[in-house]
Amino acid sequence: MNTKRWRALVALAAVASFGLAACGGGGTDGDGDGDGGGGSEPAFNAAVEGVFNPSDKKGGTIKVANNGDWDSLDTGETYYGYSWNFARLYGRSLLMFKPAPGKESNELVPDLAEDLGEPSDGGKTWTYKIKKGVKYQDGTEVTAKDVKHAVLRSTDKTTFPNGPAYFEAFLDLPKGYDGPYRTKDMNTDQAIETPDDYTIVFHLKAPFSGFDFMAQLAQTMPVPEAKDTGAKYRNEIISSGPYMFEDFEVGKSFSLVRNPEWDESTDEFRKALPDKYEVTLNVNPDDIDNRLISGDVHIDIAGTGVQPASLSRILGDPELKKNADNASIARNWYTSINPTVKPLDNIDCRKAIMYGMDRTAYQTAQGGEFAGGEIATTVLPPQIPGYEKFDLYPAGEDNKGDVDKAKEHLEACGQPDGFETNIAYRAERPREKATAEAFQQALSRVGIKLTLRPFPQGDYFSQFAGNPPYVVKNNLGLAINGWGADWNDGFGFLSQIVDSRVIRPAGGSSNTSVRIPEVDKMLDDALLELDEDARNKLWGEIDKRVMEEAVFFPGVYAKSLLVRGQGLTNVFVSEAFGMYDYMNMGVEE
Amino acid sequence: MITYIIRRLFAAVVLLFVVSVITFSIFYLVPRLIGGSAESLATRYVGRAATAETVKVTTERLGFNDPIYVQYANWAKGVAIGTEYDYGAGVEQCPAPCLGYSFITRQPVWPDLLDRIPVTLSLAAGAALIWVTFGVSVGVLSALRRGSVFDRAAMSVSLAGVSLPIFFTGLVCLSFFSYKLGWTAPGGQFVPVSENPAKWAYAMVLPWITLAFLFSAQYARLTRAGMLETMNEDYVRTARAKGLPEKTVVVRHGLRGALTPILTIFGLDLGLLLGGAVLTEKTFSLNGLGKYAVDGIIANDLPKIMGVTLTAAFFIVMASLVVDLLYAVVDPRVRK
Repeated sequence: MNTKRWRALVALAAVASFGLAACGGGGTDGDGDGDGGGGSEPAFNAAVEGVFNPSDKKGGTIKVANNGDWDSLDTGETYYGYSWNFARLYGRSLLMFKPAPGKESNELVPDLAEDLGEPSDGGKTWTYKIKKGVKYQDGTEVTAKDVKHAVLRSTDKTTFPNGPAYFEAFLDLPKGYDGPYRTKDMNTDQAIETPDDYTIVFHLKAPFSGFDFMAQLAQTMPVPEAKDTGAKYRNEIISSGPYMFEDFEVGKSFSLVRNPEWDESTDEFRKALPDKYEVTLNVNPDDIDNRLISGDVHIDIAGTGVQPASLSRILGDPELKKNADNASIARNWYTSINPTVKPLDNIDCRKAIMYGMDRTAYQTAQGGEFAGGEIATTVLPPQIPGYEKFDLYPAGEDNKGDVDKAKEHLEACGQPDGFETNIAYRAERPREKATAEAFQQALSRVGIKLTLRPFPQGDYFSQFAGNPPYVVKNNLGLAINGWGADWNDGFGFLSQIVDSRVIRPAGGSSNTSVRIPEVDKMLDDALLELDEDARNKLWGEIDKRVMEEAVFFPGVYAKSLLVRGQGLTNVFVSEAFGMYDYMNMGVEE
Repeated sequence: MITYIIRRLFAAVVLLFVVSVITFSIFYLVPRLIGGSAESLATRYVGRAATAETVKVTTERLGFNDPIYVQYANWAKGVAIGTEYDYGAGVEQCPAPCLGYSFITRQPVWPDLLDRIPVTLSLAAGAALIWVTFGVSVGVLSALRRGSVFDRAAMSVSLAGVSLPIFFTGLVCLSFFSYKLGWTAPGGQFVPVSENPAKWAYAMVLPWITLAFLFSAQYARLTRAGMLETMNEDYVRTARAKGLPEKTVVVRHGLRGALTPILTIFGLDLGLLLGGAVLTEKTFSLNGLGKYAVDGIIANDLPKIMGVTLTAAFFIVMASLVVDLLYAVVDPRVRK
């Protein structure tokens, strides 16, 4: 084993053990290319596969900046990956993703629960035992009833319209149930039972083998009913994690300080190193990059990577590059090919697009290898269990498309000279515009003439590219799209983009093109499969079946360039979140 | 004079009404004209995996099923007499002038606006003071020394000031003065003047200078042109012939005559800035009205958009009223 690999292993072991003293040293040789080995020596990608600057030293303040407002700090309705990542500082869900670098982060571990869920009734019932002695910031103990209340309130979509909708879709809630505020006295035991203070039992409408993934959602973080103030709770959160809110200014800033009632003995995975987190909201993203580089800010919380202006600066400067990481994200920047638009109702016309597109041009348009991602050939990104590498539409050795094959399929679809259609993209996104132009240029080689149709991103899915009647009426044959998993599992990734039943006539769905009844059934079958390996195999089969229909042009498996804040300890990229794991970072004072 | 002010204030109320109707119509009519339904409007405000039921309840909650005039009337009623807001666990009273609750953050808009006005006011007032002082001074000196090295240098710098966008100069200034030299505060800092005037000035000095650089340039060029014109007027020659000191001739006769158009522009500029210096606030991460408006527009958050639009319109109307009154001070002919 060479030195680099040995050091990487040491770093991984340090994370896995969580609690060992800082190992220090190690790291990469700092040649600028990095090897993902962790350690304390700055190197490019040092935090991708290992823990950079491991330490258990407590104290200090971590400064965080967000380029927008927080969608909500209420764990019942927040719906951003960075927010779920961060929420673990002030809340404890039943389960969580293991705080570890690389693939290990996809593993579910118990947090508030004592263990993973116990399925019964063929996966229709899931039971969790809750740890004793976990306390809120006011000293009262967390009980199963608080978790039940938290989950039930999150199903009230009048109050929390933006949050994930999995629980109301899967739980066997009584008919007419409208959340704990409006239907307070309705008995909900048929959906969630709490036989004692430390046991919670979920009853589903139908078996769901992946329910543990739902149990890690922030919506299972407990909310004491007596302190619940509905939509206003987002500003008055009661902490069950190691930190609690000190102050909060809507749209501006908030800070977290230590929760004196947090008991380390109930928490196997949290280190709780800094004394304080100071979060500033609505900061200019270019300014965040500058501040990260200068050391004025430690974390760019959005975790989506640096801005284009900083990208070339960082990649071109070895000193800056060695403090950066190229994180992979479980996201596919793809393009929908709509079979409802003529002549794309003919599969050969769609295949002509699949073969005719220049994949390298797609990658360049999306930001290139570092900020865009790797060229994709499947629906599932490599992080999702069940992913299998295959390529149904080879684009030649140079990945620039197979023009001859494209022409063959144009002949087969009765359009030997090509055809005309429109391509939709979000006007505010330069990368999508560049992608649409790349399509336009590449497909012109085979006679397919594309007209660019930009639309405002706020209405992109509701009014335009995701609105089925509008798509047909306006010949939106192609629509630039993108999707990231709610969690790294086939269901979490696929359910909203390949299930035809999520397409709403009024619009608003990200799925605009995949309407394959066989795939819908395959998704249902996968939900019933309790064996993990067999279930993962099904996700791979769904991927192939969708690709066969040529309604989904995979663009790139997303990547982003992240900058490690100066002085941060325990920095690593979590594959589960596709960004740095915020739970166990520390800071050198 | 009082009748004039009352008449102008009444006109301002009418204008605000018209502005609100137009903004409301744009928000609702445009999507409807391209075929959008009430439910498709509501899909903007639900999560990405929302069920049809969620879309339905959101459509009802936001009142999108009602005719547009009813929706406007409900909003206007809130402004006039207040309204109630259901936050799930209870109902809250939103007193007049209730500009509604944000569709996204579920926060009332009016307190948000009140919170952001001091930021925008600080930015606009400080920058205005700098740009008027520098812009007018440089313009006067350039006019008096027409063709000199100073004149050419000042006009070149002012050309750069007009040409360079603030999101460029702002970021360069932040990078150099705040992060490299550490002389000025980083972006996103604001301390109310009532809390600590020194810290307030420290946090605002860079945004002031950056914004003033842009406006100073315009004012320098305007003042120079105005001064060149007035200094050639007969009454200036008469003043000199009467033996008045040059300082008096320049300030009391030349500059005074050149000030009228500058005052007009100043009123409009200041009014616009008070409605939100969008780029400056965004560049320096200042939570003012401009940034609030941009966030509202990006998120299709009508109550926010309406709130800022009306506030901006109010400031513009007030600023132009103040300018009209100042005309009387600057130009004695108006008094007659």
